[in-house]
Amino acid sequence: MTQTATLAAPEVILPAPRPATPIPEAIVEVISDSGEGAQRCGQSLGAIAARMGNGIWTTEIIPAEIQPPARSVAGASGIRIRMGSGRVTNGGDQTGLVVAFNEQVLIGRVQAGELKPGAKILLECMWKTHRDPAVVISYMKTVEALLKDGFEVYEVPLEDRCRELVADPRKGKNMFVLGILCNVYGLDDQLAREQIARIFGKKDAKVVASNIALYEAGAAWAETNLDFKYCIPAQKSTVPQIVVNGNTAIALGVMASGMDICAMYPITPATSASHYLSEVFEKIGGLVHQAEDEIAACAFAVGASYAGKCAVTITSGPGYSLKQEVIGLAVMAEIPLVVVNVQRGGPSTGQPTKVEQGDALAAIFGSHGDAPKVVMAPNSIEDCFYSVITARKIAETFGMVVVVLSDASLSTAQQPFPRPVFNETWLAPPVDLTPVPPGSKAYDWDPVTGLSRRLQPGRVGGMHTVTGLAHDRNSKVAYDPAINEEGLRARSLKLAALQKTLKAPPVFGGDSGDLLLIGWGSTMGAIEESVTRLRADGLAVSSMHLRFLQPMPSGIREILARFKYAMTIEGNWSDKPGDELIDEDNRRYSALAMLLRSRFLVDIDCWSEARGQPIKPGDICRVAREALTRKGHTS
Amino acid sequence: MSQSLSSCVIKLHKEHHALEDYQGGVPRWCNGCGDNAILAAMQRLCADEDLAPENTVFVSGIGCSSRLPHYMKTYGFHSLHGRAFPVAEGIKMARPDLNVFVSTGDGDCCSIGAAHWIHALRYNMNITVVLHDNHVYGLTKKQASPTSPRGFKSNTTPYGATLEPMNPLTVSLGVQGASFIAQGVDWIPEVLYDILRAAYLHRGFSFVRIIQRCPEFMPKVFDPWLHDPQRTMLLTHKDGLTLSPGIASAYRNQREHDPINIDRAREIASLDDPIPVGILYRNPDAPCYEDLRHAGQLRSPEYIRAGLDREFDKYTVWPEGHADA
Repeated sequence: MTQTATLAAPEVILPAPRPATPIPEAIVEVISDSGEGAQRCGQSLGAIAARMGNGIWTTEIIPAEIQPPARSVAGASGIRIRMGSGRVTNGGDQTGLVVAFNEQVLIGRVQAGELKPGAKILLECMWKTHRDPAVVISYMKTVEALLKDGFEVYEVPLEDRCRELVADPRKGKNMFVLGILCNVYGLDDQLAREQIARIFGKKDAKVVASNIALYEAGAAWAETNLDFKYCIPAQKSTVPQIVVNGNTAIALGVMASGMDICAMYPITPATSASHYLSEVFEKIGGLVHQAEDEIAACAFAVGASYAGKCAVTITSGPGYSLKQEVIGLAVMAEIPLVVVNVQRGGPSTGQPTKVEQGDALAAIFGSHGDAPKVVMAPNSIEDCFYSVITARKIAETFGMVVVVLSDASLSTAQQPFPRPVFNETWLAPPVDLTPVPPGSKAYDWDPVTGLSRRLQPGRVGGMHTVTGLAHDRNSKVAYDPAINEEGLRARSLKLAALQKTLKAPPVFGGDSGDLLLIGWGSTMGAIEESVTRLRADGLAVSSMHLRFLQPMPSGIREILARFKYAMTIEGNWSDKPGDELIDEDNRRYSALAMLLRSRFLVDIDCWSEARGQPIKPGDICRVAREALTRKGHTS
Repeated sequence: MSQSLSSCVIKLHKEHHALEDYQGGVPRWCNGCGDNAILAAMQRLCADEDLAPENTVFVSGIGCSSRLPHYMKTYGFHSLHGRAFPVAEGIKMARPDLNVFVSTGDGDCCSIGAAHWIHALRYNMNITVVLHDNHVYGLTKKQASPTSPRGFKSNTTPYGATLEPMNPLTVSLGVQGASFIAQGVDWIPEVLYDILRAAYLHRGFSFVRIIQRCPEFMPKVFDPWLHDPQRTMLLTHKDGLTLSPGIASAYRNQREHDPINIDRAREIASLDDPIPVGILYRNPDAPCYEDLRHAGQLRSPEYIRAGLDREFDKYTVWPEGHADA
């Protein structure tokens, strides 16, 4: 018998798989020095979860410098991934699990209050044996402090394990971490391998194989060394979905709108939209022109629009400021133009990689004189795609400038949405080159709508000179008082004409109640999540989200009347009522609150923060409860 | 010159345009302003080349010079101070079929729009540019411009301009990619016309600086040159200007210069007395940006749909059971 036993294959003793605890959602962060691939790891995790049918939202944490000093609090580069059973619309509150490549980059997140009390921390432990005693001391002290604060710290030999597989472990540990996280959250092994093949597919098979080996090693390490494991039940979508970030969605929107030309100048955080567009636009006959500066980019787009189809320029805050004069020219000459402003922290150079909703008023009122233009704000990744198509249509139909206000949060956030089905009506029609009767007026303003037909170069009989000077219906320079007002009136009426076509914004929650939260742009997911939570607690809170800031649709006045109180939630600055010098005579309200107060003469409050971080649903819940308490409602 | 029959038939049916087809409103420039000479030459050029007015766009910035589009009966775009170049580039990129001209001034081009000017030379798009250089800001009423002579007394330099003037020719000839640089003077209209015609016929960014008089704010400053033909040096070459007998006998200071020779062109460009007039540099082989970028492609909705679907495919998560899942 013993002989038989020796002939049998040796028994492999596997540890019993750890039981997976089902959870409805999880928030994970991977934090590293710049260039260590944390974002790629997180994006891959999100993509795998999305393929499994989980809702996801990823938020990138990006330092302002390309190579900030290693092991520094300010240099933290990383990503937050929120995965859920259902649809996920924002980055959520605090993170429950962090993987940190060193203790310094972790400190920043801890200090910013981004970690849940008792959160699990997987910390690279090579610093414990570092040759520089200062590093060792810093590491030991940090771990001690984290443990004292109640965090659960797991020390992980990331580089040591990776060094067994690859020559440069610093470059490989992100895939090792992907393996750990896929194991911890029970993500599909096959999908993970496919994802790695997709990332490195452009390189040779060896690169794919070595990254898969790193991934496997990470998963095996987690299986053996960690005492927790979760599963987030997933439901595969019945329709095809696409997973992209907001800037990619904008670039796809540009392609889908039928626009031919994008003129831009590099600026953070807008540029990645132009990067992607540069890669793919030419394949469908489009063109990205990198101009010598922001002004030239805008002027180039205006020239292209004037002679051809509506063009687009993509920028961020400082670039937007520079374009203002040319935007005024497009308004005056009634040349269609789409301007995408991916907002960042301001004023001036501000916080290039951080989110802020600080440009609404500049977009609405910017450029000197009365320069009416349309201002839209996409409220999700999906909306980034469709907003550009809508913007192009409005620009061309009304001969107007349409500003699309995205922001740094949407720019890098990823969220699945139903794969768009191409529709020919999205496209711009070909340029009209039919002759017009001699003497046709360049600006034959309709007395009711202010609209006029465009006469583009190539049309026999339509010759005229457009000008930024005040002009009459023939585009002749005119300083006559009545003619000046006729032009101002026509350009202003076009906004009213568009406004008449807009639908009232939907109300999320109940149609009436105690408190209405009002937002615009990227905060929609967080605001609606907080409304859902508050209503689950029996509070009569609803929300309304504006897609059009200028013009504002009708129906808002009636919605406001159905709520006892209203307040805006915005990612920008407003004076805090508690500050000693601040009173009702001098308080500067948030942008949207100011707009609503002036239009509707309703005492609308505001709460805003400009911390450079996406607004958290938990904070909105707190603010709403405080507001209800202030107003005498129990919460 | 041989032509195919069909092109002859097309030509027969083509409307021929007369000078008045290009004459817009009555110019509101001052009497004796050099802009009038440039406008007259431009209108003659359009008529001689029979440019379809509907397919011709005159773009300008801001300043006295930039009023020119208003006086043409073509399409025109009177844009912003300094921004004529990027506007014109956008037009040409969207519609390479259009004839695009730019009128700009010394303030517009060499000061507020200087960055665009340098890059416009570099892009080398097929645009004809006239720099109306009167050495002074006229529309804002007598301030020193970058090309004002040192010591020039103006409202902003009451004690005389402090700096040496900029030389737009040497600057232009220093830009990699520049393909056509010429200089004319408003007091020799026949040569001015010949230079503009050569500029128009050059395929690329043709930059013509025209030294012109401002009778209002800079009277008499060019009188020494007007009174002494020897102080104007005409550049001649079989690939450049050939002079009429009348001009050749009036302006005897002539120099043979092959416009392909950029080193010699730079040398000539540095002269300010005598003033060189003619084609300093021409490189017919310099590539145009709009050609390099394949501007003006026609695209069908089907083409766009296919391209967009290819991109969507990269990012799609298919539902279970789908062939690509």
